[in-house]
Amino acid sequence: MLQRIKGRIISKGIGEGSAVVTHQPLSFLGGVDPKEGVIRDPKHELYGTSIAGIVLTFPQGKGSTVGSYVMYQLKRNGKAPAAIINVSSETIVAIGAIISNIPLIDRLEVDPIAAIKSGSQVLVNCVEGFIEVET
Amino acid sequence: MHLNRNDEDVLAGELGPVKQKAMEILVALGDIYGAERLIPIESAQIAGVSYKTIGDAGLEYLTDLTGSVVVPTMLNPMGMDRDKWRQMGIDEAFVEKQLAIIRRYELLGIDAQCTCTPYYVNTPRKEAHLSWSESSAVSYANSVLGARTNREGGPSALAAALVGKTPDYGYHLDENRVPDISINIDFPVAGADFGALGYVVGKIINSRVPQFSFVTPPSDDELKALGAGMAATGSVALFYPEKGAMSSEILELDRSDVDIYSSSEPDVVVLGCPHCSSSELTEIARLLEGRTIARPLWICTSRFVADRCSALISRIEATGARVICDTCMIVSPAFEKLSMKVNSGKALEYGPSLCNSHTVLGTTSSCVNSACNT
Repeated sequence: MLQRIKGRIISKGIGEGSAVVTHQPLSFLGGVDPKEGVIRDPKHELYGTSIAGIVLTFPQGKGSTVGSYVMYQLKRNGKAPAAIINVSSETIVAIGAIISNIPLIDRLEVDPIAAIKSGSQVLVNCVEGFIEVET
Repeated sequence: MHLNRNDEDVLAGELGPVKQKAMEILVALGDIYGAERLIPIESAQIAGVSYKTIGDAGLEYLTDLTGSVVVPTMLNPMGMDRDKWRQMGIDEAFVEKQLAIIRRYELLGIDAQCTCTPYYVNTPRKEAHLSWSESSAVSYANSVLGARTNREGGPSALAAALVGKTPDYGYHLDENRVPDISINIDFPVAGADFGALGYVVGKIINSRVPQFSFVTPPSDDELKALGAGMAATGSVALFYPEKGAMSSEILELDRSDVDIYSSSEPDVVVLGCPHCSSSELTEIARLLEGRTIARPLWICTSRFVADRCSALISRIEATGARVICDTCMIVSPAFEKLSMKVNSGKALEYGPSLCNSHTVLGTTSSCVNSACNT
């Protein structure tokens, strides 16, 4: 069954993929390998996980604002997430998503970290402002 | 957020995809921070210039960017002195990437003066709205000059420069510029004490707006050092240097709280974080008079100030010390893994984390002594 959840559009577009969910904030600079699209921060619970083509779900970004440019680099290398879901976006990930054409949604009606299971299929529609999750 | 018709046109892509993306960024930030409108800015200052900081990720982004900024825009320090990079021991691969970054910024119409003290080059007027990203310059603009800017990241300052506007939130609004903690410094402080004080206070108050009271009014150079320290260990973007109405919360500090100086001797001594003013260069020249350095002494300033102080710089360099422009000890790869002695609370904070450098604090005079005595 598909559950539709409304949210706020931060970066426009539509993306779909398998969900990768973490309750930990993420720094793109230093935290993600821009060539391979893999989480490389050994302290992160997603350490070693590929984020290419998936729907990356995390509370919000952290760290250096250069992280926005790392997201752009991921996109150019074909290793960017298909879409991003945040609990509440901050500047770094918001700008990174916009300049990289990665759909980004936040402020969903329900907590996405609890509602979305890693591995489930998720559609992020940042034209109309909702996600659809397999439940 | 309310957009006027021109803003809407930019958002619809009528001025091309680069301005459109920049407007999308400003709208997203406005939504995130609850701004009601965009306001015009008078200048922008962009961090994320050193190849050491932004790497290939930043260079790739800038390489794809076209168009032109619409307000006077300057850059933060880069990874080397444009002319003296060989003396600094910078390798040619780095130089090539660094110069490519600077070229890309110049193609966007940006004045590639690379300094953390843009206010010496072009002083904002009181109440001017700005989009600056260097945290110490943000603090100086808000607190000493009475201008208004948030602590922008490099990418958001660049977006603001391309559009000429910023969302009206944070330190642009009166309601967020009210001091919320009083800090009484009832013992004499001078010179590098202000960097030490900033380093200590930033850790305690994080992002609050302090109102200080000092025994004697600090100089602008001292306020620069204080703000830089608080912006490095905390995220203080605005402070009030003069005694005013008491806040409900009061922080008392003793002389011993700010005595964080070290007597250990370093590999190199580096001064000029933030970039030296002409009066700071004068002080350094006076301290060096008639002496010869025995340990490398680097002094960082802006090219703007250096061009106006050539006689002073000749006197300083006659001792064997080196004055470098466009760069600093933190964003240059030249000082990595060396132990450093600095007179700056900001450099004391970032030396270990960004340069992997054992960093100690001294007064300007003790820094010069360390450089001259082995």
